[in-house]
Amino acid sequence: MTRELLKGNVAMAEAAIRAGVDAYFGYPITPQSELLEWMSKRMPEEGRAFLQAESEVAAINMVYGAACTGARVMTSTSGPGISLMAEGISYIAGTEVPAVIVDVMRGGPGLGNIAPSQGDYRQVIHGAGHGDFFPLVLAPASVQEAVDLISEAFDLAEKYRTVVFVVADGSIGQMMEPVTLPPMRERKRARPEWAVGGAKGRAPRRLTSLYLKPEVEERVNLRILRRWREAEAHEVRYRGYHLDDAAYVVIGFGTAGRVALSAVRAARSEGIRVGLFRPVSLRPFPTQAIRQLASQAKAFLVVEMNGGQMLEDVQAAAQGQVPIRFYGRMGGMVPFPDEVLAEIKALAAAPPSPADDPRGRWLAQMAQA
Amino acid sequence: MTVSAPSKPRRKLKLVYQKPEALTDKATHYCPGCTHGVAHRLVAEVIDEMGIRERAIGIAPVGCAVLAYDYFELDGVEAAHGRAPAMATGIKRVLPDSVVFTYQGDGDLASIGMAEIMHAAARGERITVIFINNAIYGMTGGQMAPTTLPQQVTTSSPRGRDVVTQGYPIRMAEILATLDGVAYSVRRSMHDPANIRKAKKAIRLAFEAQVRGLGFAMVELLSTCPTNWRMSPIEAMHWVRDHMVPAYPLGDYKVDAALKKLRV
Ligand SMILES: Cc1ncc(C[n+]2csc(CCOP(=O)(O)OP(=O)(O)O)c2C)c(N)n1
Ligand code: SF4
Repeated sequence: MTRELLKGNVAMAEAAIRAGVDAYFGYPITPQSELLEWMSKRMPEEGRAFLQAESEVAAINMVYGAACTGARVMTSTSGPGISLMAEGISYIAGTEVPAVIVDVMRGGPGLGNIAPSQGDYRQVIHGAGHGDFFPLVLAPASVQEAVDLISEAFDLAEKYRTVVFVVADGSIGQMMEPVTLPPMRERKRARPEWAVGGAKGRAPRRLTSLYLKPEVEERVNLRILRRWREAEAHEVRYRGYHLDDAAYVVIGFGTAGRVALSAVRAARSEGIRVGLFRPVSLRPFPTQAIRQLASQAKAFLVVEMNGGQMLEDVQAAAQGQVPIRFYGRMGGMVPFPDEVLAEIKALAAAPPSPADDPRGRWLAQMAQA
Repeated sequence: MTVSAPSKPRRKLKLVYQKPEALTDKATHYCPGCTHGVAHRLVAEVIDEMGIRERAIGIAPVGCAVLAYDYFELDGVEAAHGRAPAMATGIKRVLPDSVVFTYQGDGDLASIGMAEIMHAAARGERITVIFINNAIYGMTGGQMAPTTLPQQVTTSSPRGRDVVTQGYPIRMAEILATLDGVAYSVRRSMHDPANIRKAKKAIRLAFEAQVRGLGFAMVELLSTCPTNWRMSPIEAMHWVRDHMVPAYPLGDYKVDAALKKLRV
């Protein structure tokens, strides 16, 4: 298969087309816009639906409508757009229809900036919207991985009848890398047995997230939760590097994990037995795998491009078995491998005590910098 | 109570009135004197007459008609508050041969959903919109709507709508008629049988506009909410005639030439 040099946003768009996406609805926002632009050209070429909506509110509700027909449908945006989509995402989850959402994260809160960030972690792991549901959240660390995860996202969304997020920090969306695109998949023809499309020769179907009777809503909530538990059991994804003999484990996702890998390799060349654990599914979170590592390692270093949003999940997984150090850059700042290397060295030289507050220590360190 | 089976009629009776196929047997939850039920029936009759029931997908709003999908014998979905036109767009774009309609109240369409309705109309989205203007928020207990008349008392304009601080009513049929994507935008009333007949004809044309691919179509229907207006059903009908019709003139604001020629 041929390798091509593609920008992350373009590669994700083309991957969705190859995965058989029937419809795309979106609204321009940096650092995601090239995805929408690519779709505007390619979707009509393929005879599929593309529409630039009037807002992210409209875009997600167009996604909702198309999803109710059983079509493969997606949107893409960045944090401010996810905030606007929150209501629609909740309706999609409540109606138990599948949809794929790409969030190319930027600095925030508010208008923030357009530099890469991982500040939407907490927002997306609970699906942004109201009520009891969990989306699946996948986080690539390279353009190739973004392509692979997009292809998978549609199957997962349909399997679990849920929202699947692919969260790429802005650098994944913006950078160019050589990738192998998957072959064009046959678009699925048969619509699922729950989809609306006209009650021809059958009883009418109705799709709603409204359950006025609490006992009925509770049953639906439980059904959604059971499906989520299935996903938790089967869809945990992560990558480990140099973990076999690692005394110290760096944990980071997306670009933070990728930067950390360079630092881990540099530290290894200096004789520090350190490895990298990179969560790929942020939901379901690789809790068990991290718990296992916590029982073996001397200390963890969590690296993120936010103020420690995943740190809380790592702490919960580690159950206090291992001391944790935290290093984050925020506001669109990307850590350099040297910074992470210095953190690894500091960790190895003086592991924190299990009673330490990792975020407090880091904040004090940032105040000095 | 025992119900005996109807005895067989000796002579063949002529059937003059029956439930449209496009309506279910479910009793609606609407209050006595509410015109939501009338509007449902008109839509269902039109769908039957056009033979489009098996292609139709109805979109219920957030508002008193939130359960409309249970009353229509056709595929249905339930939109978020105000977002029905966006949802309709999503459906229509992937199923262009389906017949998609939204059914929306004035809070839904003219307040929270203003952006979605304007842009669906501007795009000339091939959908049919049934717009129920009852000058109030029915479902949430009678608060002021964007269509509430000046001086009208509601639970959130207890001294009457003060236009200086609470603004003026919005006339959607006129506004939408200014957009190039719109094939049909009219206002009718449901306060008496003659007007109800005219309303039905307009609904027919609004669906014809869609199946003929002419563009976006909306029928605004002046409607009652006796419960929140604190009126009897009769008083409510009269209030529509005497207060709403003068403020919301009935008429054709935009009719595509191809529809003008149609005899329905
Ligand atoms: C986002 C959101 N905001 C508010 C509500 C509460 N709400 C439900 S119905 C409604 C007003 C409906 O009024 P209208 O559209 O005029 O329809 P009617 O009930 O009069 O038929 C409101 C504000 C909601 N469900 N969702
Ligand atoms: S509250 Fe008003 S709009 Fe709602 S059903 Fe009753 S009369 Fe109709």
